[in-house]
Amino acid sequence: MVTGNGHRSNGGGPSRLSPAAWLYVGVVVVAAVAVLAQLLGTDWATDDAAGESGLTLAVLALLFLVTDSTPTTLTSRQSAWSPSSSATLAAVVLLGPLGAMAVGATSLLSVRRGVDLTQRAFNASMYGLSAYCAGQVYIALGGQVGLPWRQSFHGIIGPFAVAAVVHVVINYGLLWGMLMLVPPVTAGQPSRAAGLHIPLLFVSDLGYATLGLLIAALWGAGLDAFAAVLVLVPMFVARWAMGQFAAQERAYAATIAALCQAVETKDFYTRGHSERVARGSAMIAQEVGMRSGRVEAIRYAGMLHDVGKLGVPTTVLQKSGPLTEEEFAAIQLHPMRGLEIVRQIGFLDEALAGIMHHHERIDGLGYPMGLAGDEIPEFARVIAVADAFDAMTSNRSYRGARSIEEAVADLRKWSGTQFDPALVDAFVAALSKAGWHQPQAPKMAPADGVAVRDHDDPTTPLQVIEGR
Amino acid sequence: MDSGELLLVAVAGMLVVAAVAQTAAVGVAQPRIALAFGALIAFGEVLRLALPGGRESAPIGSAGAFAYAVVLHVGPKPATQPALQVIAIAAAGMVVGALPHLAAGRPTGLAGIAARLIAVGFVAAAFRPLSRNTIISDPKHWWLALAVMTGLLAAGWLVECLIRALIRADALRARFGVALWDEIRVQLPLGVAVAATAILIAFAAATMGLVALGVFIAPLLVTQMAFRRYAGIRATYLQTVRALARVTEVGGYVEDGHAERVGRLAVVVGRDLGMSEPELLQLEYAALMHDIGQLSLLDPIPGGATVLASPDDQRRIAELGASVIGEAGVLPGVAEIVRCQHWPWRGPDGEPPVGSRIIRAANAFDDLVGSSAETGRAMAALERLRLDTATEYDPAVVEALARVAGRRNGSAGRLPAC
Repeated sequence: MVTGNGHRSNGGGPSRLSPAAWLYVGVVVVAAVAVLAQLLGTDWATDDAAGESGLTLAVLALLFLVTDSTPTTLTSRQSAWSPSSSATLAAVVLLGPLGAMAVGATSLLSVRRGVDLTQRAFNASMYGLSAYCAGQVYIALGGQVGLPWRQSFHGIIGPFAVAAVVHVVINYGLLWGMLMLVPPVTAGQPSRAAGLHIPLLFVSDLGYATLGLLIAALWGAGLDAFAAVLVLVPMFVARWAMGQFAAQERAYAATIAALCQAVETKDFYTRGHSERVARGSAMIAQEVGMRSGRVEAIRYAGMLHDVGKLGVPTTVLQKSGPLTEEEFAAIQLHPMRGLEIVRQIGFLDEALAGIMHHHERIDGLGYPMGLAGDEIPEFARVIAVADAFDAMTSNRSYRGARSIEEAVADLRKWSGTQFDPALVDAFVAALSKAGWHQPQAPKMAPADGVAVRDHDDPTTPLQVIEGR
Repeated sequence: MDSGELLLVAVAGMLVVAAVAQTAAVGVAQPRIALAFGALIAFGEVLRLALPGGRESAPIGSAGAFAYAVVLHVGPKPATQPALQVIAIAAAGMVVGALPHLAAGRPTGLAGIAARLIAVGFVAAAFRPLSRNTIISDPKHWWLALAVMTGLLAAGWLVECLIRALIRADALRARFGVALWDEIRVQLPLGVAVAATAILIAFAAATMGLVALGVFIAPLLVTQMAFRRYAGIRATYLQTVRALARVTEVGGYVEDGHAERVGRLAVVVGRDLGMSEPELLQLEYAALMHDIGQLSLLDPIPGGATVLASPDDQRRIAELGASVIGEAGVLPGVAEIVRCQHWPWRGPDGEPPVGSRIIRAANAFDDLVGSSAETGRAMAALERLRLDTATEYDPAVVEALARVAGRRNGSAGRLPAC
């Protein structure tokens, strides 16, 4: 199950919610309370099996709390994943819709840190509603509520499977609505839903839903409450593995960023360039609707696009006057050098192509291959836009930073000759949504004070001394 | 395949021949159930999983085989398969499941199959006779059956770890005790999930019949997916650091292949000194990135050989490198190793971490020898390091380096370290 994990970044609390988000939370909570009110109206308290149901409810609620209170924080740090859906789905079989809802609503008591009351109320309502709907679907499809006995077991598998899907879909749907209404915390940060590995989470949730069926089946086999305890074991292993994966992924991203920064120390003015190009490329990729795997790949490609610059002698990179043809050739070779370095990484081929061709131009006048139009790989066309934009909006020793408006105007001016027009449009659209962090002006000029031409900067093309 | 693996496969092969012969002679008990479990085991073998360190695992296949070994009832009927039939069915399933790998040109993983098979055989041989005991097979005594199953599966898992550690220690020339701990650490989480799934299937089969196999393997499938992604990102991580370590070479700061050679040498030396896998991974990261601080130098050191650089430059390179790595905030141990890499063994700053001592020696060795394969040059370099063991290089590290360099040409099975 996936939950919002509090609006922790920058200490934002419920006060930061927009009116629309407040309304959304309110509607979800009121709907949940209205359904739960039926609980009081039913006569299941006077039922013969009331004591037994009460015990079942207590054990399942405890199971839910244990799993829900120790979630795995996902890459984006905005949402958390826990295998608690198995407890609610076991309740669907053993207790019916209202019992399942009661189990889900115990999320209100979760001992998770950093989750405020609004968030708890929303999570509890979200779980409760998804469990209730799953329970209703289960009954509507002919599933029997109660201990599954041998004769009825085959009959409940089908309804249970559909109920599990309904449960996951409603959970994700409600959470998605929430994420859409809460604005990104920092400008330029990708929207929250994008960082999640939705397909993986979806499949794992369905997988853990079957654990709910297992709890129900083992309950029937006489293991009773001990079934729930047994089921905890694979759950925690899965949780552990997901946590390890997420931690490794974060460590990986941080390490790449640090190494790229090391590469940038060679040039005082390009500090932070790789990271901003990575962000810009990802913004464009999301805007044109690439799937999340490709967005991740282009983020890394953007981050690594200039590592080949190390192969260019410092004297050439920092030369202030016109370049000789040999020196210009050395600069033109840097995408190939970059490719040489990153080729060993088991990346998507697309990312490699993006690094190699990020200085091609739509009109075919770029380097290193002189590809034109659609011959240029899509990744390279995306990186080219973000790369040039960041170069223009950064300070250079020979000129100050341009404003975002000026840079956008320049992008438009060269759209169709240097840049892919569709991607320029996408970038401008993404800019208006997420904004852009312009780098701070360097506090001091480099010691030697050379005027460095930036090869990425389209406003001041490199000058080459013709035929010597 | 080296001698240890060969022996293991031969032992498992003989076990399988005996099991198949016996099963063929007396006929297969409850063939439908046998077929279902066999199919599950084959399916699990197809979905084999690569764990960190070049290990193979087939959690679903193992769970199916273990469940077949400990199942008491399938539906209302008691399960009657004898231990040898369990072995025969598991072997058949694993071999069938290995065929697609063979067809795709991947390694057959025979040693892994053999290790899994022996573990399953161990559990089956212990549990099948017990299963005829009316006290254990009585559903009223489920807690007793549960306790026996748990104990046996834990023992079976330990047997598998023991076998794998023996093979690995032999192939990598690691110490057996260290190899065993590494194996246990890597295999524990999946092992627990596999055992729990096997027990769950064994109990659920009584209520649900064979449907239990299909339905309840799903959670393990999810666990396996998470593990696959984890192993994948770990591999990419290492590849990326290896690749990016080369920026110093492309930039002309150091000789071609220096970072990778030092990384490889450091790992082999560290293993010789009995370092565990997590420590070796840190060491390899540090060794790969030990020259990253050179990027901050405006002019490359001639030839890039830090062994010839002035102590002040060495210190600057180490500290700049450590601050680059520290920037990431995720590899504090690695940053520390890089920071201390220039410290003399007996210097004013105290004793550097063992990783730093290894990198210092390996770096000096590679600076002096380079990519040359001449034994004479290696001997001369070692001689020079030995002369400096009073203050500069840790004598234990230099001796390990000498042992390792002596067998460098007779490749000591280059399995991935981590």
